[in-house]
Amino acid sequence: MGRVKDILLRTVLNNKVVILFAILCIAAIYTAQNPLTFVASELFTRIGRNGFMVLALLIPVLAGMGLNFGIVIGAIAAQIAVFWTVYWGFEGSSGFLLCLLLSTPLAIFFGWLVGKLFNRMKGAEMIAGLILGYFADGLYQLFFLYIIGGIIPVSNPRLIISGGIGVKNTIDLTGNLKYSLDNISSGSMLTIACGAVILVTVVKIIAALAKREGIPKKTWLALAGALIMLGLVMLPPVSKLLSARRLLLLHGVLLALAAVIAKQAWLMINNRLIGRRKDYPLGPRFFLIALALAGVLLTCLKPAEEILMSVEIPIATYLCILGLYLFNAALLKTRLGQNMRTVGQSQTVAHAAGIDVNRTRIIAMIISTTLACWGQLIYLQNIGTFSTYGAHTQVGQYAIAALLVGGASVQKATAKQAVIGVILFHTLFIVAPQAGKELFNNAQLGEYFRVFVAYGVIAVSLAMHAWKTAMKPKKPLEA
Amino acid sequence: MQSQFLLHMKNISKEFFGNPVLKNVNFQVRPGEVHALVGENGAGKSTLMNILFGMPVIHSTGGFQGEIEINGQPVAFDSPHQALDYGIGMVHQEFMLIPEFTVTENIKVGREISQPSLLSRVFGKELETLDREKMAWDARIALEEIGLNIEEHTLVAGLPVGYKQFVEIAREIDKTGIKLLVFDEPSAVLTESEAEKLLNIMRHIARKNIGIILITHRLGEVMAYADSVSVLRDGELVMRAEIKDTNILEIAEKMIGRKIERFVDSAAGHHDSREIALSLRNFHVDMPGEMVRGIDLDIWQGEIFGIGGLAGQGKLGIANGIMGLYSSRGEAEIFGRKFNPNKLGAALANDIAFVSEDRRGVGLLLNQSIEHNLVFSAMHTRNEFLLDLKIVKLYHRSKGRKHALDMIKLLDIRCTGPRQKTGSLSGGNQQKVCLARALTLKPKILIVSEPTRGIDIGAKKLVLEYLVHLNRQLGMTIIIISSELVELRSLCQRIAIIAGGKVARILQPDAPDAEFGLAMSGG
Repeated sequence: MGRVKDILLRTVLNNKVVILFAILCIAAIYTAQNPLTFVASELFTRIGRNGFMVLALLIPVLAGMGLNFGIVIGAIAAQIAVFWTVYWGFEGSSGFLLCLLLSTPLAIFFGWLVGKLFNRMKGAEMIAGLILGYFADGLYQLFFLYIIGGIIPVSNPRLIISGGIGVKNTIDLTGNLKYSLDNISSGSMLTIACGAVILVTVVKIIAALAKREGIPKKTWLALAGALIMLGLVMLPPVSKLLSARRLLLLHGVLLALAAVIAKQAWLMINNRLIGRRKDYPLGPRFFLIALALAGVLLTCLKPAEEILMSVEIPIATYLCILGLYLFNAALLKTRLGQNMRTVGQSQTVAHAAGIDVNRTRIIAMIISTTLACWGQLIYLQNIGTFSTYGAHTQVGQYAIAALLVGGASVQKATAKQAVIGVILFHTLFIVAPQAGKELFNNAQLGEYFRVFVAYGVIAVSLAMHAWKTAMKPKKPLEA
Repeated sequence: MQSQFLLHMKNISKEFFGNPVLKNVNFQVRPGEVHALVGENGAGKSTLMNILFGMPVIHSTGGFQGEIEINGQPVAFDSPHQALDYGIGMVHQEFMLIPEFTVTENIKVGREISQPSLLSRVFGKELETLDREKMAWDARIALEEIGLNIEEHTLVAGLPVGYKQFVEIAREIDKTGIKLLVFDEPSAVLTESEAEKLLNIMRHIARKNIGIILITHRLGEVMAYADSVSVLRDGELVMRAEIKDTNILEIAEKMIGRKIERFVDSAAGHHDSREIALSLRNFHVDMPGEMVRGIDLDIWQGEIFGIGGLAGQGKLGIANGIMGLYSSRGEAEIFGRKFNPNKLGAALANDIAFVSEDRRGVGLLLNQSIEHNLVFSAMHTRNEFLLDLKIVKLYHRSKGRKHALDMIKLLDIRCTGPRQKTGSLSGGNQQKVCLARALTLKPKILIVSEPTRGIDIGAKKLVLEYLVHLNRQLGMTIIIISSELVELRSLCQRIAIIAGGKVARILQPDAPDAEFGLAMSGG
């Protein structure tokens, strides 16, 4: 009994931030009395909109560079690309693709510069990133307010201030880039994926033929599989089924639960029947399957079903976030990821072990800046209006606050914490104004509260970090 | 022709800014032997190792003269990594381990085993997936090799201190083709039994035909575990012998042996009064890197008392503890009166003045004038140099100026005037300002820490002579803490040698060299 209590106590202490915010969220939802369907649909929109950006923060934490306030610069790269794409009149998914092509090299270059700068001010990356964000904002304003129209001739009454110099305050993305990623259907994504697999395998086969090597069975299998899949997608009934642009949350949840069951079943079969490992424990597998089945039953409950039926999630965007989640996990398992961890833990040890510390840090910054850039593209295409001078300014603060609410710290942040953080932080954002209105008859108070929370959580986290670092060398006098 | 030596460093000379630190040193290690390298601080041990590893500090200060041969092949390393490629490894004094990593990850750091993956085909070798199973296997083998029975997947943070060093050794062993391993004072932080285990493992490794250099100052270890020994003193190789042909006294003597010039003769001791000026009982000081672990000392009134010992043994901690700069435990008495050193300023109030070894950090206000530096302490602790206007107290400019001019003349401080900033003075003159400020307090006991560190010979002589003068003419009790044994032996009436945070011996300055050597090595 005592042990259970111990474990319980430790769990609570280790997750105190998350628990605190969870309680806060539940209380706010309760007082606001918004319909849950509204909260849920808002929340899933916001996860799609902001999730990617928060996940972009993880790698610099891993590399010991703290919370990357410099992601503002990635957002700026995205916005430059969006402006030109709109100006040249590209629309839909091709417009989004052009944005990617334009912004990525820019973001890589910016990331490289930021990394170079951070290497010159080791230990002060966070304050450097924060100030650098303001500095970059100044240059950005110079570019958009004066150089565009003033030096680069641009004429478009929809985009340019009536004097002919400088870009307007807001650019409407409706009809060109709005939902350009969200609306990509699963059918076209499958087609693209199959195409990519076919391309890669064909290149592989040609390379193998050129080198006069045997072609492994796996390659042929992949090629055949991709071709069959492509054929299936082309079939009219299937393609009609896949043409949906949004996925009902209910279906999404069911799919996820099915995936869990399938994975556990595969683990059991693979280990017991194929691997013939008699000692492989089946208990946890069965437990997870049971849990998934219980989840399926839960979706049949009336209130749960109502919520799940009311939310539609953009497939492509969520797949992007899932992709980034998996990318982060995969990176950890690579040599580069391990080098980043080493550098993050101790630069001295990393250096002695022959790891190029500065290069590793620059790569971390390039990855983070590029991901932040893509995150901003996802954000803009979803929100549909591009506030030229405001869209990027608080990107860093809000993404970082969300990450910290999820229980992350300056030294340690995981993808799980990012996801939890986004959910809690944005729930609070959605319900706070209404809760303020219910409680104090003033929506503005709720608004203040959420701003207070955003900055407060950052301040507390940074103070804790500074405090911890200052306390470290102090050890009790030995006897 | 194959050389009989694994490592042969020939006629190595090195100078830092015109200061010779190594003079024509020859150093050899045979495969499969444990070769001890002993010497005092500043004898040139670390410079020799830095040259061997091709450390950047050597190249940035003009390189070195001489040749290095490994297995008879001349080599020249530009960086430590090149040395590693030749199979030369180092077990560091302070742990180069990451606490949040597992034992395996630490052993394999920078040398992870990986296999190609989809990402690596596109982005290159860096994105290959780690093969954790193979890494764990390798780590297991390395751990077994040194006979250490720990799980390779435990976090280093949870290991006892002694085990961490073993993990570090396992890492060096795991490097393929390791030929020469340098142990830099491996037993300094270990308990006795841990040290014994470590040294046994070292012998065990040597049996695999790996050459080992053991840098240490514990002569007992040298006798018990080394096959041969080289002794460095003042940058010169003064001895190279097989252990079986020598004895501990000879090594200790060679390590210390110098001609002593006495400034004063100890016989004419001034301390006939026999009153105890300062007494410490079971005194502990928590100064990182200079821990004091329970000392008992009685210092007579009117004597010049020396405190010596190697760096990191705790001699600096004593003074800093008395002055209240680091927290301490135990009893302290001044002229029979108890006082609490933990209260900052208590020592000053009890007529003790201190000249810190950290001149630029603790000793001086670098951006302030000589005048301000001189009167600063007296103004705050003694209310001197103040013009009392009843409501407020102001700085008494003319009084301060006069005092500064007096001191400048008395101590021959070379400066443009009392208003010159102390930061722009030379080291020797800064030291004189520190001394002058301590004297401004008119102390009964003066503690001077490393009085001659980083100052030129002329100033050194003047400072030391002035200390003697203070003692002789004014009867001031002086405690000198110094790494320079020669200095202590030329000035002091008694010298306490500190080792491992405790008083090893209290010796007369004319005691034999061997006794000093043994005391410093904790024997």
